[in-house]
Amino acid sequence: MTVLQSSNAVLVQAAYLVASGLFVLALMWMSSPKTARRGVRAGELGMLIAVCGTLLHSGVVQYDLIFVAILLGTLIGVPMAFLMPMTAIPQRTAISHAFGAMAVGLIGAVEYGKLAPTQGAGSFTVWALMFEILLGLLTCTASVVAFAKLQEIMPTRPIMFKGQQVLNLAVFLGALACAGVMIASPANTTPFPFFVALALVFGVLLVLPIGGADMPTVIALLNSYAGLAASAMGFALGNKLLIVVGALDGTSGFILAMVMCKAMNRSFTNVLFGGFGQAAPAGSGGGEERAHRSYTAEEAAPMLEMASSVVIVPGYGMAVSQAQHRVAELYEHLEECGVEVKFAIHPVAGRMPGHMNVLLAEADVPYDKLVELEDINPELPQTDVVLVIGANDTVNPAARDDPSSAIAGMPIIEADRAKQVMIVKRSMNAGFAGIDNPIYYKDNAGMLFGDAKKVAEHLVKELQELAA
Amino acid sequence: MSNAQDATNLLFVFMLAAFLGFQLIKRVSPLLHSPLMSLTNAIAAVVIVGAIMVTGEHDATPVARTLGFVAVVAATINAVSGFLITDRMLKMFRRKGD
Repeated sequence: MTVLQSSNAVLVQAAYLVASGLFVLALMWMSSPKTARRGVRAGELGMLIAVCGTLLHSGVVQYDLIFVAILLGTLIGVPMAFLMPMTAIPQRTAISHAFGAMAVGLIGAVEYGKLAPTQGAGSFTVWALMFEILLGLLTCTASVVAFAKLQEIMPTRPIMFKGQQVLNLAVFLGALACAGVMIASPANTTPFPFFVALALVFGVLLVLPIGGADMPTVIALLNSYAGLAASAMGFALGNKLLIVVGALDGTSGFILAMVMCKAMNRSFTNVLFGGFGQAAPAGSGGGEERAHRSYTAEEAAPMLEMASSVVIVPGYGMAVSQAQHRVAELYEHLEECGVEVKFAIHPVAGRMPGHMNVLLAEADVPYDKLVELEDINPELPQTDVVLVIGANDTVNPAARDDPSSAIAGMPIIEADRAKQVMIVKRSMNAGFAGIDNPIYYKDNAGMLFGDAKKVAEHLVKELQELAA
Repeated sequence: MSNAQDATNLLFVFMLAAFLGFQLIKRVSPLLHSPLMSLTNAIAAVVIVGAIMVTGEHDATPVARTLGFVAVVAATINAVSGFLITDRMLKMFRRKGD
């Protein structure tokens, strides 16, 4: 029996080692679209090996519930994966962070119930369990709130109230105090329910003041927390596979969050303490009526057709009206007319990192047409027409020109430097940040009022008629 | 091996994996940031390992088994749907003429 057990233990560790290697390869292969799908295969194989290895573990003896749970999870997961529309990817990501973090929190709670009485004061395991439960639970509720905001079950505007930051700090310190007591005397489980409640509440409070347009940063950060929670679980269980995976995911989410912050020229604390755009003062020249030009689709289509280069700048508005397929048709028609078309992608366009790329790829726009901010800006002064579709703050020249603007210093797509700018927009209302956008009043700019999808449809129709 | 040594070993693993993570993720093109997040999310479902241990132990209490069961279901959903959705997204990324 002991021989069997130790050979089993070797097998389990070997499975974890191989699985860790495969997960590293999975991330390595994600670096390029050519190898990325191989990365998914590696990840799947790694997961399979990790699960099979664990089932062989000598401590696992009751298989009934495990198999039922895996079957149930698969039955829910498969249709979810195939039915999920691509426009719902940000919501799905948020809710799956919630699921993952909930699993971590629950396992942490069970482990705590089992291990706490056996641990000495200040034991490493209890430290790890406290981190695990805190991160797991707060990430779970924070992700649920993020999901509700993305799904627009909740208002996407920041929710602020008086004394919010004091309350947040008090709840967080309260949770830490409970954890401290349990670390100092693990046998004393009285603070545990309070600890759980405070961690859950803190997650909600954390995301309330964060608005829709800051969601890319928040989702990335929650991704990071979910990873770190898995690592903490690894520390508690002495499981190196969990530590490796958690560290990889933790850094991944962290790097993405940093990329997002840089793309908005804001700090982490600024995003986290939120309230951005809530009471943004009107920028210079606010109040007075300024003249803007507006085009109809009939006027705009020939301008696009006669251009030799067109750059399309998509934003969240394109996702909201699900216009990506119509925009892709527009792209195809223009290419047929001999116009060189590119898409300019701002890192924070949309509701999660890379959101626009996925939507346009779904609509069959080749990915070599999707150009990043730094690469497209030098080309814009020579571009004939820039067509802004559902983007606002990411093309706001005030970020570059007006140091007093709320978004001063944020890198923008310099659409205003092109020969002509056309902006597809529902009305003259300010964008998410509540900041006026001087680009609308520039001499080279014109508005195309309407829903992004309808306008794109109109433009396609006009182009077809021109061709006929 | 003492507890302190154990803990140090684990911290070493964490530190090295974190450095590796920084190097790997920095190389991922912004084009693929959504699939990347979806993939890391699927991989994070490896916490199913802990959930299986909790659920399958011979002396697991009913509460532990129930919570463990929920955790296995949640982690399986994430793993299955995460990998499948990532692949669905990546399938769409084509070059001109591919």
